[in-house]
Amino acid sequence: MKMETTVEIQFTDQELQKIENLKSRYLKPDSVILEVLYLLQEKYGYISREGMKYAADLLGMTEEQVLGVVTFYSMFNTKPIGKYHLQVCTNVSCMLRGAYDLLKKLEAELKIKKGETTPDGLFTISEVECLGSCGTAPTIQINEDYYEDLNEEKLVQIISELKNK
Amino acid sequence: MSIKILLKDIPDYHKIEVYRQHGGYEVIRKALQKSPDEIIEEVKKSGLRGRGGACFPTGLKWSFMPKDKNIPKFLCINGDESEPGSFKDRQIFEFNPHQLIEGILISAYAIGAQTCYIYIRGEYVKWIRLMQKALDDAYEAGFVGEKMKETFGTDFYTNIYIHRGAGAYICGEESALMNSIEGKRGYPRVKPPFPAQCGLWGYPTTINNVETIANIPPIIENGGEWFASIGEPKHPGTLLFGVSGHVNKPGVYELPTGTLLTDIIYKYAGGVPGNKKIKCIIPGGTSMPPIRGDQIEGLKMDAESLKEVGSAIGTGGIIVMDEDTDLVKVLARITKFYWHESCGQCTPCREGTGWMLKILNRILDGNGTSKDLDLLIDVANNIEGHTICALGDAAAWPVKYMIERFRDEFEARVKRSIKIDIPNKVHSMRRTQIPLTEIKIDFQ
Repeated sequence: MKMETTVEIQFTDQELQKIENLKSRYLKPDSVILEVLYLLQEKYGYISREGMKYAADLLGMTEEQVLGVVTFYSMFNTKPIGKYHLQVCTNVSCMLRGAYDLLKKLEAELKIKKGETTPDGLFTISEVECLGSCGTAPTIQINEDYYEDLNEEKLVQIISELKNK
Repeated sequence: MSIKILLKDIPDYHKIEVYRQHGGYEVIRKALQKSPDEIIEEVKKSGLRGRGGACFPTGLKWSFMPKDKNIPKFLCINGDESEPGSFKDRQIFEFNPHQLIEGILISAYAIGAQTCYIYIRGEYVKWIRLMQKALDDAYEAGFVGEKMKETFGTDFYTNIYIHRGAGAYICGEESALMNSIEGKRGYPRVKPPFPAQCGLWGYPTTINNVETIANIPPIIENGGEWFASIGEPKHPGTLLFGVSGHVNKPGVYELPTGTLLTDIIYKYAGGVPGNKKIKCIIPGGTSMPPIRGDQIEGLKMDAESLKEVGSAIGTGGIIVMDEDTDLVKVLARITKFYWHESCGQCTPCREGTGWMLKILNRILDGNGTSKDLDLLIDVANNIEGHTICALGDAAAWPVKYMIERFRDEFEARVKRSIKIDIPNKVHSMRRTQIPLTEIKIDFQ
């Protein structure tokens, strides 16, 4: 199988310093693993095997430990995803207020299914669990930001704004 | 009478200068004059019970911490807030972060913790930033960290750090939270030993919910007796009720415990859209047993009253469902959540949640049989109480009680059992020794 294009994984001195500072907050360096993974994901878009090896070496953990952590948490992507990650909450409170209709609308609008990425690499749709936004349901998280109290018109508008950005 | 302890109607209360104008960071000064034991006694007197769902008395929890001053001790503040229907802690991060920080300082002093971690779910990027800003301001003003010694003129100081999660419901379970801070997979630990004996890195640790700790400064300021007089005596104080689902004004309402559920829904949350009837209510986040719409008249919202109707207050996340709600769909969605979030350590939970989901989906597809309902309850019973942590129970309860309390609706969704009238009454498969040709059958 052909390997994906490998990018050399390397943190800048500034980033390494930040990790070093974070380490001082805990009794053992392992505690910083989530922050290291976040940084990797921010820099490279997803967490590759090379990235996991880099994180393991950085914190004196084994690659297996890091793989275990990466696969445990739902916020880490082990494959490249779109520029905008549309995370639709469909849990009860959002569902009661039409989250599944929003999801369908989104799939129709972008012509992809949940879990897929548009061919232009702009959008990925995911169905996620409760975002803790039940009072302002339905809610979609796009990358780091919450879009609350949504309806279909608002959603279509947000998508077209992101497309034209 | 409206009493606000946590979400006060003061503009810009989240800013450190406004908080200080209203007596902020003076309670910690007062607390440091007392002994840690006196603080614990005051909290015991207040009757404060944990706001994370289990309602465990906070003062009692603190008293389990060893008094030894020569070992590291930790305080973890649980802001994982992943229970569906629960969205209260983010209100504190956003509107009253300094009261939380002051509460952490007092709590840390009471249990002797030198380091505190606020664990916040990874999705809450905005609220982590807000909390970090408040924390930076408090550090700068000398209320947190080593500068505390100078500011308050005592030997005690503590550091507070925010630890960001990464999307795992189970990390709201206290021992899973500790594993997550240690940089491991968020697996719950077997108890005993309890965290007060063996917690973070094997050292004594206390884990409290965000809302619990935010209640501490007013308790120390006004005294335990004052707090104990608010709301229901057995479960005093105010609660942040998060109302969602089919209501006109969903949101978080701070009300004394013992407030009528009907008042919360109709007076505060504006009633049900279209004036529809209520079919079902989940009173404290999806893990708690749902109750029927005809059970809510006169029902008070506190731990004891809900126990009487066979449910629990949980996190105070109330989900209202109107008469047109498809409860099979709701239950399937709830079960999907627990199936997705099961950490996979214990077989009953890992496998059971998947089986329950498959059966519920079968019913949704119209292929269920009436046997399926009993099968679901059977699977739920085999999960409940047979797992390391309470996620198993949380997955089992909605299934068990939803079917028990809305059996008619579920029965209507499964196929009627097929009755075939078989004319012969012989069911034995025993071989007959007489040749068939010699048998005379009398068809009458």
